[in-house]
Amino acid sequence: MKFTVDWLKNHLDTKFNNNQIIDKLTNIGLEVESFESSTSELDTFIVAKIINAKTHPNADRLKLCDVDIGSDKTIEVVCGAPNAKNGLLTVYAPPGSIIPKNQMKLSVSKIRGVTSYGMLCSESELLLSNESDGIIELKNNKYANKIGEKYFKKTSEKVIDLSITPNRPDCLGVRGIARDLSAAGAGTLKINKKSNLKYRGNQNINVTIKKEKAQGCTIFGSCLIKGVTNKESPKWLKDKILSLGQKPISAIVDITNYVMFDLNRPLHAYDADKIDNEVIVRSSSKGESFEALDNKKYILENDMCVISDRSGVLGLGGIIGGTRSGTEYSTKNILLESAYFLPRSIRKTSKQLNIDTDAKFRFERGIDPLSIEEGLIKASELIKQICGGEISNLDVKKIDNYKKTIINFDPFLFEKTTGFNVENKELIKILEKLGFDVSKNKKILKLVVPSWRPDITQSIDIVEEIVRIKGYEHINTSEPIKTRLKPTLNYYQKLFHFLQRSVASKGYLETVTWSFTDSKINQLFKENDEEIPIVNPISSDLNVLRNSIFPNLLFYLKKNLDRGFKDISLFEIGPAFKGKNPGDQLTVIGAVRAGKVSRLSWNDKERIVDTFDVKKDVIQSLCEAGIDKDDIVIDDKTPSYYHPGKSGGVYQNKNEKNALAYFGEIHPNIIKKLDIKTEGLVIFEICLDYIKDSKQKIKDSKSEYKFSDFQKSERDFAFIINKNFKSQELVNIIKSVDDKLIKSVIVFDVFEGENIPEGKKSIAVNVTIQSEEKTLNENDLENINKLIISSVESKSGAKIRS
Amino acid sequence: MSDIKKIKDDYIDKLNTENNVDKVNNIKSELFGKNGIISNEFKKLGSISVEERKKLASDLNNVKDELQNKILIKIQEIETKEINLKLEKEKIDVTLPERDIKIGKIHPVSQVIDEISSIFSEIGFSVEEGPDVENEYNNFTALNTPDNHPARDMHDTFYLDNNKELLLRTHTSPVQVRTMLKGKPPFKIIAPGRTYRSDSDQTHAPMFHQVEGLHIDKNINMGHLKGCLNYFIKEFFEVDKIKMRFRPSHFPFTEPSAEVDIGYEIKNGKIVIGEGDKWLEILGCGMVHPNVLKNVKVNPSKYQGYAFGIGIDRLGMLKYGINDLRAFFETDYRWLSHFGFDPLDVPSNYRGLSR
Repeated sequence: MKFTVDWLKNHLDTKFNNNQIIDKLTNIGLEVESFESSTSELDTFIVAKIINAKTHPNADRLKLCDVDIGSDKTIEVVCGAPNAKNGLLTVYAPPGSIIPKNQMKLSVSKIRGVTSYGMLCSESELLLSNESDGIIELKNNKYANKIGEKYFKKTSEKVIDLSITPNRPDCLGVRGIARDLSAAGAGTLKINKKSNLKYRGNQNINVTIKKEKAQGCTIFGSCLIKGVTNKESPKWLKDKILSLGQKPISAIVDITNYVMFDLNRPLHAYDADKIDNEVIVRSSSKGESFEALDNKKYILENDMCVISDRSGVLGLGGIIGGTRSGTEYSTKNILLESAYFLPRSIRKTSKQLNIDTDAKFRFERGIDPLSIEEGLIKASELIKQICGGEISNLDVKKIDNYKKTIINFDPFLFEKTTGFNVENKELIKILEKLGFDVSKNKKILKLVVPSWRPDITQSIDIVEEIVRIKGYEHINTSEPIKTRLKPTLNYYQKLFHFLQRSVASKGYLETVTWSFTDSKINQLFKENDEEIPIVNPISSDLNVLRNSIFPNLLFYLKKNLDRGFKDISLFEIGPAFKGKNPGDQLTVIGAVRAGKVSRLSWNDKERIVDTFDVKKDVIQSLCEAGIDKDDIVIDDKTPSYYHPGKSGGVYQNKNEKNALAYFGEIHPNIIKKLDIKTEGLVIFEICLDYIKDSKQKIKDSKSEYKFSDFQKSERDFAFIINKNFKSQELVNIIKSVDDKLIKSVIVFDVFEGENIPEGKKSIAVNVTIQSEEKTLNENDLENINKLIISSVESKSGAKIRS
Repeated sequence: MSDIKKIKDDYIDKLNTENNVDKVNNIKSELFGKNGIISNEFKKLGSISVEERKKLASDLNNVKDELQNKILIKIQEIETKEINLKLEKEKIDVTLPERDIKIGKIHPVSQVIDEISSIFSEIGFSVEEGPDVENEYNNFTALNTPDNHPARDMHDTFYLDNNKELLLRTHTSPVQVRTMLKGKPPFKIIAPGRTYRSDSDQTHAPMFHQVEGLHIDKNINMGHLKGCLNYFIKEFFEVDKIKMRFRPSHFPFTEPSAEVDIGYEIKNGKIVIGEGDKWLEILGCGMVHPNVLKNVKVNPSKYQGYAFGIGIDRLGMLKYGINDLRAFFETDYRWLSHFGFDPLDVPSNYRGLSR
């Protein structure tokens, strides 16, 4: 909402200066977005003098002008004007200027091979006249000593631009703003002058509001103004319209706009002679169409509120008028409309047709239903003043009567809500200045809400009115209440933070990527999940919710590889979506590692990252998060985006259905499809939701501390075993021989090839044996050794290597 | 006696020039072995007169001590020399690079969330969460933003179905609704998380982060709201003084509503919070609207309280001097390394919010 201080003072007697007004506006909830000159676009145009005009080397009709633009600067401009000649004073637009006529932004450009720094302007280009045959010729006596100065004087005053919240339609007019300021002590609201307008004759175009279920109009007021002379608006009116950032059109249109911005009372003027017999306000039928004043043709749906005549639709009520009945300079007789349209209807129609106008913006927020006559009178007065004509009696048709909103307000609610007290007297004064009718009934105030405040419906709204006008600075700053109702974080929230930092501490950079991704990449990772498209995505390559974190992670991994990074470790912790309903999401860590370990090392051998690097990272992170390493079981079944032979799943214990984590190489097909070029690429993922909450605090879960001081002994075994036999199995077989005596089993060597039969491998394990009751003698140990060998051989088909 | 002295002097001389431990040990056995020179001298004592024996024994003992001592010192000397020599040979260039260090980092958004949680934890708030996909009711209707209300235009919503029933939450406020529906007052929570609006330019990203705050009890008023936020902002920016301004605004789910500005100035191209006369809007808040309380089955005549919503990314940008919001989500390795935080840097009260 834009307006000038001058305009505000039409409604407000105030001693406040501009800055005080600005501050006050912001303090009462009318946020000032800017306070600046409205004509800043024109500031770039300056007076200049052509020093030398010579013919363009590559074009006879163009000239190459050396132009003096003041401050001892001369620039070269290519100009096509026949009147460009040495010594001419004219108007120069530097690069960056916006030409008013076509709204084009100038840039430095080459014209037929010669660079032109800006432009010399014609009157038509600056919208000063229709003169377009040559550049502006400024009079020597007036402009000779003004070279380099701005051509357009700052005539208009500064414009205040307010950001009005959607609950305050009343402040979409200058008078409403003035009223708020007066309530806040910034002046006195001027009383509207009584109109002494003389009416002649009746409004004799019949108006009917059809009683229909979907009727979006409840009041239609109008008057006829006969014998007008439409013309350009006078300067004061043009200036007002310009200060709003709008284009003056003609006196009649400008007046209706002016009244809209002045009183927040949208109006519409029809050329009465173009109305076919009568005005019918009704709901549209699907397929009806009309050409609107924005020069677009709209095809209507059912139940849109239209103003029509016998020939069809004239316009969309409260949104936009039509060209068929529009006013022109030749218009002689006007039908002036001032109506009330229901916000819901306006909003629905404008959404369906995608139209946004100043009138629509106001009606959908709620216009004062009692401002019908005031608007007609104010506009008629101005039209009579500027365009002449005779005004008919006002004709107001309604199908519904306005009902007052009454609130019984207990002033105690104010203190209860805000924490401070305002005397009843002051409170009443504020409300009265805002337009409330206040009467007292013991402690309760009976308030009649002003008709221009559709947002006020209950007591809490009154509290807001008083505290906002009184000023938020009066609210005390209480010490924070430190009472705690429950622990800050629950188990999974703690797990989240723990794992996040645990993974990062292994050299991974945490990233945060969009929750949406490219369906083409997502499809490679979605497994059996349903694709979740976004109906209105921000772009076509962010068109689905991610089913996995990897699509984005790999996309950005590739970008970083393209930036020249070779060894990259990245991870993200966040949602992966499994369905489109609320809650169909898992919290997942996805991590990628690419490149080498020990690249360019003077003492270590370079090595490409592999599955066991990420296996370490994932297992260690899980252990740090509190999972017992001895419980962990590894499986080789993994999602299809993993390398089928070089990946594994991690389970919290044997019978678990869902893997807590997966790790391994990415499937080579995916690397190829995504065109990722790196020496090595391994990934892991942890699904936090699948980690079981032991529900035990650490203080309760620590078992008794027991250890054995008896001598332990270590034995090494090497077995020849089937190539596909899992080392984890072997370890389990050995442990199960005697889980009291066998303290640990460590695989320390695995190899295939030389001396090992085809299809077999050799596994060497180190077994630690220790009793808690005695020192084992040679005999005991020998028995265990034999048992280990026989168990392994019988259960796995392995052979001990001799 | 002169014999002994001579032996002693000879061997002292010998030891003085000797540089080999083995040879010193040979000398030792030469002197003190079974048939060693000194050992033999002691054996001779038996065959001489008592008087002579006394004297000779004393002399012999002295010589023995002296020589043994000398041998000991000599061995030590040689060993020290040998070790020193060995150490000299073993010397390496310790300025050569260590084995690979991989330094991981925590994203600024995560760090800021932890900072915020730590601060609010101090004054008794607990953390709640809600899903990223919400239904229309929780995101709008329950929050007193009916369909066909212009306030909905303030949110450019991503939808998951054509009926506009399912959407990506446009703010964290639906967590208020969920929290209150599933529990009984009082409520004292914050809810950080991802939020989405179909808006994208330098200062807007289609996904960003908010933290919701909610405190509902019997007598919570705007003074408590002001106090809570004043405390939070001071703690968060780690400054002693903060200039804060409450300004009336409008949100459908709070009444009265406020926006909060903090004072700042630009010094040497950097934003300094808490000084200067410029204002920066950092959050929206207000007293929870009675309609919202009714919608979540809380009796507004018994309970009241405040709610607020803060842009997390923006707070991070202000505190850590990050200019471009979009960069938060672009996974540039250089950016993540530069603005990321050490994983051990866990914000907490006793260790300080940040280093």
